[in-house]
Amino acid sequence: MYFLIKRLIRIWRQRQAQRATLAVAPAQEAVMSVSPPSAPRADGPSASSRGMLALLLHEALYDLRISARNPRARFFGFFFPIVLLVVFNGVFGNGHTIVDGHRVSLKVFYVPGILTMSIVTNAYASLVILVSGLREQGILKRRRATPVPAAILIGGQALSTVVMTAVAGTILLVIAKLAYGVGIAAPAMLAIACTALVGTLAFAGIGYAISGMIGSQEAAQPVVQMTMLPLWFISGVFIPIANLSRGLKDLADVFPVQPLANSLHLASVHSSFSASISATDIVVLAAWAAGAAAFAAWRFSWLPPGVTA
Amino acid sequence: MTVLHPRVDAQIDPRSDDSAELRPYLAGMFTNSLDAAVAAAKEGAPPAGEAVIRVRGLHKRYGAQEAVGGIDLEVTRGEIFAFLGPNGAGKTTTVEILEGFRQASGGSIEVLGEDPWQAPGSWRARLGIVLQESGAEPGLTVRECVALYAGYYPAPRNIDETIALAGLAAQSGERATALSGGQRRRLDVALALIGDPELIFLDEPTTGFDPSARRAAWEVVAGLRELGKTIFLTTHYMEEAERLADRIAVIAAGRIVAEGTPQTLGGRQLEAAQISFRLPETVDAFGELPPALAERVQRDQHGSVLLASTAVTADLHMLSGWALERDLELDELEVTRPTLEDVYLQLTSEE
Repeated sequence: MYFLIKRLIRIWRQRQAQRATLAVAPAQEAVMSVSPPSAPRADGPSASSRGMLALLLHEALYDLRISARNPRARFFGFFFPIVLLVVFNGVFGNGHTIVDGHRVSLKVFYVPGILTMSIVTNAYASLVILVSGLREQGILKRRRATPVPAAILIGGQALSTVVMTAVAGTILLVIAKLAYGVGIAAPAMLAIACTALVGTLAFAGIGYAISGMIGSQEAAQPVVQMTMLPLWFISGVFIPIANLSRGLKDLADVFPVQPLANSLHLASVHSSFSASISATDIVVLAAWAAGAAAFAAWRFSWLPPGVTA
Repeated sequence: MTVLHPRVDAQIDPRSDDSAELRPYLAGMFTNSLDAAVAAAKEGAPPAGEAVIRVRGLHKRYGAQEAVGGIDLEVTRGEIFAFLGPNGAGKTTTVEILEGFRQASGGSIEVLGEDPWQAPGSWRARLGIVLQESGAEPGLTVRECVALYAGYYPAPRNIDETIALAGLAAQSGERATALSGGQRRRLDVALALIGDPELIFLDEPTTGFDPSARRAAWEVVAGLRELGKTIFLTTHYMEEAERLADRIAVIAAGRIVAEGTPQTLGGRQLEAAQISFRLPETVDAFGELPPALAERVQRDQHGSVLLASTAVTADLHMLSGWALERDLELDELEVTRPTLEDVYLQLTSEE
């Protein structure tokens, strides 16, 4: 994970350096030509040549540093899922359960289960805590006081979240393969990547929606745990849903953890792409993503809460 | 205004953390090889005296409560304008409306030629904002913070130069969250400056500073004036307003109650001065002083004699002549005028 992040940062630095050397020449020219300063500035050449994609990447790389250097995000998003994988496999690893009609070892069950947990923790919990903290401290307001579009600020954070989630998930799958021999076929792996991407965006969207309603970072912690923890137990993350009552299963279907976990479980027992992903689950997750984004767009505030009546 | 800066050749001592080091640096910005170009750029710039902020009849209501009750403001290019008022007077609301964070309920508001609420992103590129309260970007170093914000602007200033201008060259590699309060405020200033703005909002920039940090911050603000920036300052420190501001407006209960220069605010220059001195116990101030003075004297609770005076020279002449005749020494003789704080408290307590 560090390697990847450091590499990204190195590439980015090289680009910055290139940009800086390119920027010097026109800047000096501008000093000499003494044009009326305010007119060309608003949409000057540098603004249009930079492009929105470069700006998005700029934002994402700094958000990635902020997230990767946060000890709490590292612990809960990266190390804690690994610890749980080791513990569950150690305690229950010899048991069996039924996933989509296949009898499989609980080792096979726990890999997609804990992967679900890792995705939700990185995309939802860490993001809610980060964003509510940034807003509480006026950092979002200060970023919003610059010319950067709101879509870039949110998109950059979403992109950073996708990278964090991808790195954490990859580490988890590598450990599953090396330590527990739980391998996943290449087409199924592609299905996992698709499901994980849609799931990450859905939970990041929900994260933004929820953080719009939380006043402080301190309050974010219990809200996150209260909303996340019960769902682990009824959505096939810690306990196979084969063991659950009908009522709990129906309850789990109302929330977005179940479709994410379900599709990831499919990929652990099938090898073809089509059998490893559930179109229904993807549609449900996409609907959550869209609904949450719409709610966030309506409710989200950049200003610290309660400063002025 | 200056958008175009000379590259600075002068080497800044990376360990320097104090204002004394900053002054030659600021001066240096105008004395290097490109100063002719800068001067020419200044000539091409819009003339001083042009209104940068123009507000007419600004209203803001929150439900039934009226936070700002119809105020007019005008800030011209290149000036430092101080906006004073007690907490809850509508100061922050007004500033947030000018910054485009809140929508006014009524009135016409023009900042850099645009209505802040509807202004495009390019308008924000011409603005620098030091918020009253804003934390440090978590996890990032000082330089990374400034580089992050530099990326937001179409034509940012040089990153290291801006860090040095804010007096943080020595802390460039430190985590922003590890900075002291004063240093963090300087980082806020650096972040507000990095986009090379024409107009800078400084919302209580030195609250919580120790006296030396405050003085260093004043040097930075004075330096911004030299760069031709327009500054809209709010503060609770009258000394700060007096030291920095070209003009002051005082808001109380949602209305502007006074406007003027630090010297003339609230008719300060016309107010009577106060002559105070001590007399020996044996002298009866009211009975023995020349009648022209005696009718205006009072004694305060410490026994000092107070004399309100609109003609200080004549009164002092009369007083000292009287004292010399009697061979009296006027202990603790002092002439004071109402401070800006006196005037401010008087203005804001009337509401």
